[in-house]
Amino acid sequence: MTLAMATPDTNLDLWLAQQTDKSLLRFLTCGSVDDGKSTLIGRLLYDSQLILDDQLASLKKESHNRTVGDEGIDFSLLVDGLAAEREQGITIDVAYRFFSTDKRKFIVADTPGHEQYTRNMATGASNADLALLLVDARKGLLTQTRRHSFILSLVGVKHVVLVVNKIDLVGYDQAIFDQIEADYRAFAGDLGFQTLAAVPVSALRGDNILANSERMPWFKGTPLVPYLETIEVAQDKAAQPFRFPVQWVNRPNLDFRGFSGTVASGEVKVGDEVLVAASRKPAKIARVVTMDGDLDSAIAGQAVTLVLDREIDVSRGDVLAHPGAVPEFSNQFQARLVWMNDEPAYQGRSYLLKVGSQTVPATITDIKFRTNVNTLEHVAANKLDLNEVGTVTIATDRAIAFDPYADNPLTGGFILIDRLSNATLAAGTISFGLRRAQNLTYQSFDVNRQVRAEQKGQEAQIVWFTGLSGSGKSTIANLLEKRLTAEGRHCYILDGDNVRHGLNKDLGFTEAARVENIRRVAEVAKLMADAGLIVLVSFISPFEKERQLAREIAGDIRFTEVYVDTSLEVAERRDPKGLYAKARRGEIKNFTGIDSPFEVPTTPDVTLHGGQEEPAAMADKLHDWLKI
Amino acid sequence: MTPTPLTHLQSLEAESIEILREVAASFERPVMMYSIGKDSSVLLHLARKAFFPSKIPFPLLHVDTTFKFKEMIAFRDRTAEEYGFDLITHTNQDGVRDGINPFDHGSSRYTDIMKTAALRQALNAGRYDAAIGGARRDEEKSRAKERVFSHRNASHAWDPKNQRPELWRTFNTRLNPGESMRVFPISNWTELDVWTYIYAENIPIVPLYFAKPRPVVERSGTLIMVDDERLPLAQGETPRHETVRFRTLGCYPLTGAIRSNAADLPSIIMEMQASRTSEREGRLIDSDSVGSMEKKKQEGYF
Repeated sequence: MTLAMATPDTNLDLWLAQQTDKSLLRFLTCGSVDDGKSTLIGRLLYDSQLILDDQLASLKKESHNRTVGDEGIDFSLLVDGLAAEREQGITIDVAYRFFSTDKRKFIVADTPGHEQYTRNMATGASNADLALLLVDARKGLLTQTRRHSFILSLVGVKHVVLVVNKIDLVGYDQAIFDQIEADYRAFAGDLGFQTLAAVPVSALRGDNILANSERMPWFKGTPLVPYLETIEVAQDKAAQPFRFPVQWVNRPNLDFRGFSGTVASGEVKVGDEVLVAASRKPAKIARVVTMDGDLDSAIAGQAVTLVLDREIDVSRGDVLAHPGAVPEFSNQFQARLVWMNDEPAYQGRSYLLKVGSQTVPATITDIKFRTNVNTLEHVAANKLDLNEVGTVTIATDRAIAFDPYADNPLTGGFILIDRLSNATLAAGTISFGLRRAQNLTYQSFDVNRQVRAEQKGQEAQIVWFTGLSGSGKSTIANLLEKRLTAEGRHCYILDGDNVRHGLNKDLGFTEAARVENIRRVAEVAKLMADAGLIVLVSFISPFEKERQLAREIAGDIRFTEVYVDTSLEVAERRDPKGLYAKARRGEIKNFTGIDSPFEVPTTPDVTLHGGQEEPAAMADKLHDWLKI
Repeated sequence: MTPTPLTHLQSLEAESIEILREVAASFERPVMMYSIGKDSSVLLHLARKAFFPSKIPFPLLHVDTTFKFKEMIAFRDRTAEEYGFDLITHTNQDGVRDGINPFDHGSSRYTDIMKTAALRQALNAGRYDAAIGGARRDEEKSRAKERVFSHRNASHAWDPKNQRPELWRTFNTRLNPGESMRVFPISNWTELDVWTYIYAENIPIVPLYFAKPRPVVERSGTLIMVDDERLPLAQGETPRHETVRFRTLGCYPLTGAIRSNAADLPSIIMEMQASRTSEREGRLIDSDSVGSMEKKKQEGYF
């Protein structure tokens, strides 16, 4: 073995130079559960003599009662670091390991094989240049093998080694290896990997790890470690167009204003003309500042502070680029998503999207299809469940600068964040910007909302009633409309039942349909308010996220959320339409309050206590509050 | 002319700087943990680089257990003065009042009170929403599993089974009220990277890392330095001078020294390369039980 531990000689500087000159390969191990990923990494660490004496001693102690190789060690214990993992003998989360040989330094992400932890596998893959995809020689390709391959291709891992492990357990049979390799090449043909090699190994016994195994004379390829040491993965990032996402505005005093960030791609020199991608404002690079002194230029990967020759508006989230090679700037794009949360993705729901240092509210406008990971077929879908991969269109609240992920992962990869729990929901890669976003501009007319509302002598606005079925929303809205009309106001009630007879008659009562239902109604309410009306919306609207979405769609239109707080007991006792009785008998599915939840509003503008007060009193109270 | 690609250390440095800037830009009240060790020295150096020419835009926090080596405290105060950063020190006064020490109360209880609880007190008192630490993934198995931006609930606990996915370098920095983030900018560095960087950048470190004759006693194979008169000596036990140094620094009664003649950085790096034991072996708190670090982290330890 090419030893990492070669004792440095007296010429430390030379030795250090060798250390720092080594290239770095980041790779991950993936594949189905029990294919031996952790064992393989343990083997790599052991063979590169990186297991230290105290670790070895505690390992031998823990390896008792486990499957061990010739060395008497269960190598997987080296990497499964969490108590739950050691108890269950599985890997839950990605673990990072470090080793080096004479030629290279390696950072290894050992990722879990269980489907439920696919998001952790994606985490490990997102920063890797190469993947070792393990397959158990006895089992061949499994669903997880295919799922992981697809995710590798999605996050842009370009180099794959198919490691056919446990070959010792099938008698080192060449036919089995050849079949698995052929199956895999047939499957992976469309996934766009630049290189694909296959190696038969036994991680437990060390066959074909460091050197060609005598037990498999038929294998003429390169053993695993020499392959990893020599494969060329470097992409010439410096040759790509210059991108500089501004991370932090550096302003120690009035005399210095710099923009700190990491060059995502390309190169920038003092004197270069650059543009702010959003505003297209130009400036020249005056200085490239670091604590070690000013530089003449900076290349991809360098963290620097740029000073411009003039005062232009630049803040965190802006992207600097060269004129003539600017990123796309749009509020709509097509993307692929890996969904990573128990709560599914729905069309019309609002999320936070983070790409580079920009964070903006965003909506999935269309789920075009889901990809079956086994067959790579496109399947129609109206939602994405945990670990599903889909192709979607996304609209952001304001235009953002980006590149297609294939051109630049750092400016084309994004995450979606839940607006309430702040959980990371999905990893996304931008396929392309949608032209219609650039060509479609809002027509602006001379007669606007203000003018129309003034003509009616009122402030156009939306009053949004939420509450259980039978809570009294429509009764109160009706009384309020009567009183306002008597006072000469122009109102309109959008009622849940009525709208479902017409505009929304194609929608059912699943969660996905409810999201779309609310989105359409919020858009209609906005149009009506734009016409100068006072719009009263009476909708159960059980989900906090949709109420938030409605508020966002309303934009700068006055929006009042009225929660009619009537208990389920009272509403069910009233049961004006007999719906609760039907739901209890199981004749209606997904009925709010019975077998579908109602999320109590956390920040309503007005709360009316439906069980305690008379509708007329509540309508008057609301009228006074609104001061229309 | 094609520019030279970044070396291994240059890429690690740039990655860490990017993480530090992300913290400054995304959180309202960040703080950087300052443990005075070599990893903290590297972290401090990186923070100075990240924000230059601005000052480091957040304070440094040292949790003083009252049993740190005297040389560490002297180094801390000297460094704070030289670089002019904002230094906050915190000691668990309840523990001081109860006379908590590692001799009478055991290393585990002492660490709970004077380190873990003290840290929680300090973070709560400062209402910090992000605490930057110098932990590395190569140090210990549960650390190898931790995210760069590691989410903590309102009681500072880590939930290892439910970590947020962390894609590329697009970090989710968002928090709900009361929650906080631990951030580890040098996650991807190895011990060798740290030492070569200290050497290459000429970063000052506490002299205890360099070998010199020091008064020690040997207890169950571990060399403990007699840093002051508080260390109780067994009958017939007398400190003797041995040429030793420390691979890791913490509370003096809980930190084992190693016999060594490595008195400068090149010798330290050479010695480390030849060594066959891991860095944390000198730390007595890790060996309490398998998975002990994970348990401590779940309770809020770094």
